[in-house]
Amino acid sequence: MDILEQIAQFLADGDEEKTAELTEAAIGQGLTPRLILDRGLIAGMDITGKKFRDQEVFLPEVLLSARAMQMAMEKLKPLLLKDALPSRGKVVLGTVQGDLHDIGKNLVAIMLRGSGYEVIDLGTDVPAERFIATAIKEKASVIGVSALLTTTMPLMRQVKELHRKEGLDGKIKFLIGGAPVSEKYAEEIGADGYGCDAVQAVEWVEKNVKKGEPA
Amino acid sequence: MKSILERVKTKEVLVGDGAMGSLLMSMARDQMKKNCSESVNLASPEILAKIAGMYLDAGAQIVQTNTFGGSPLKLQDFSLEKKTEEINQVAVHAVRQAVKNEAYISGSCGPSGKLLKPYGSIDPEAMYESFFRQIKVLIEEGVDVLCIETMTDINEAKLAIQAARDISQTIPIMATMTFNFTPRGFHTVMGVTIEKAAKELIAQGANMTGSNCGNGIENMVLIARKFREFTRVPLLIQSNAGLPELMDGVPVYPESPEFMADKVEDLVNAGVSIIGGCCGTTPEHIRAIRQAVDAL
Repeated sequence: MDILEQIAQFLADGDEEKTAELTEAAIGQGLTPRLILDRGLIAGMDITGKKFRDQEVFLPEVLLSARAMQMAMEKLKPLLLKDALPSRGKVVLGTVQGDLHDIGKNLVAIMLRGSGYEVIDLGTDVPAERFIATAIKEKASVIGVSALLTTTMPLMRQVKELHRKEGLDGKIKFLIGGAPVSEKYAEEIGADGYGCDAVQAVEWVEKNVKKGEPA
Repeated sequence: MKSILERVKTKEVLVGDGAMGSLLMSMARDQMKKNCSESVNLASPEILAKIAGMYLDAGAQIVQTNTFGGSPLKLQDFSLEKKTEEINQVAVHAVRQAVKNEAYISGSCGPSGKLLKPYGSIDPEAMYESFFRQIKVLIEEGVDVLCIETMTDINEAKLAIQAARDISQTIPIMATMTFNFTPRGFHTVMGVTIEKAAKELIAQGANMTGSNCGNGIENMVLIARKFREFTRVPLLIQSNAGLPELMDGVPVYPESPEFMADKVEDLVNAGVSIIGGCCGTTPEHIRAIRQAVDAL
């Protein structure tokens, strides 16, 4: 197994120390950051993502892999910046106003960053205006909106309506997620996509946002 | 009044109450928009007594306190952690005022909303302290039973049970987790199986176990049967009325009172001793469940 495959395996196993250690070693060997990211870290996250999707593993394993990815990204980040690696696109993320749940949203942020997207995480309790204003200002490709409560879920519609009013349909993609949210609800409010979990949300972004588009 | 444990041991089936949140939304909408459900305890405690009375009238024999998110770790999201004692005290008083000695008061204790290390940043000691602080008030104020509910992490549930047992060796404890159906059987989102829940919650000191929330009452029949394979303790099931769909901005739950009441016999045959409701259930659901239990 080469070092990149080892990185992928340690990341999939959620071993953050070994993942970070080998990432450093790979940098030392002169491997490019892009290669380490793609064939090491993202490959590892894909293993965990697939197992999660097949319900072979659950949230704890994904959280541990995400942590390992975050640790390794700390090592890679300075190099990625230096190489001026083109970002795959910007995603503005947040939990709707009145809702303070962020476990799922944070997971989406970590995994998107790990996959090479630039993430602007607005945190929790985010008013509709802030989602939209930030996305416009940052020239984002995607707005990702999360809600856990049935009582706050209707606020997603408000964000979407403002998105439409600002003429952003077809320009900035609109993605929603969270426990009470469904595909049907996404359709009903006119969202472009829906992620039933963090893995699916990231897959959706990868499928629907082409490099550099539209910013 | 006989202890709830004596009642269920004689094979009696007891009826619990239904959802709190939707009634709070309709009666305390402004407060709910401003802050969390538990903030209503400080702003309008009379509403809590009213809701408890509605469930008592519907035939509930166990009525829960509005303290699901009443642990300081959870309340800190709303800058209310300093009010932990008052929030929990008021909730117990309000239910007592409504039910007097006609129903058991169940002290609700839900998840902290935080993840334990290594998945999150919370030390087990801090989680324990948080549950200890809430549960101490509930027990001191005289709840008849504790309901540690909607748990998905077995370690978090066990810390809550441990805190309760360190405060009182005798307080009856019900501990429930929320399961999803997967191709490999029921698991919580944190990957806990029914077998693990049944064995470890009881070993930690819970007297009753089972499941709440979830995805409709038909799954609950399967979940109860699975629990029965691993434990003989009395089971409790508090099902939601299915998963909500938003209609004109209002969450609508698909399962009717009649639909849920129709599954009561299956639940009892699966060994369930306490049947109540969770999200989306109303006093009408509890009334229907009451009638079904009486007709057994």
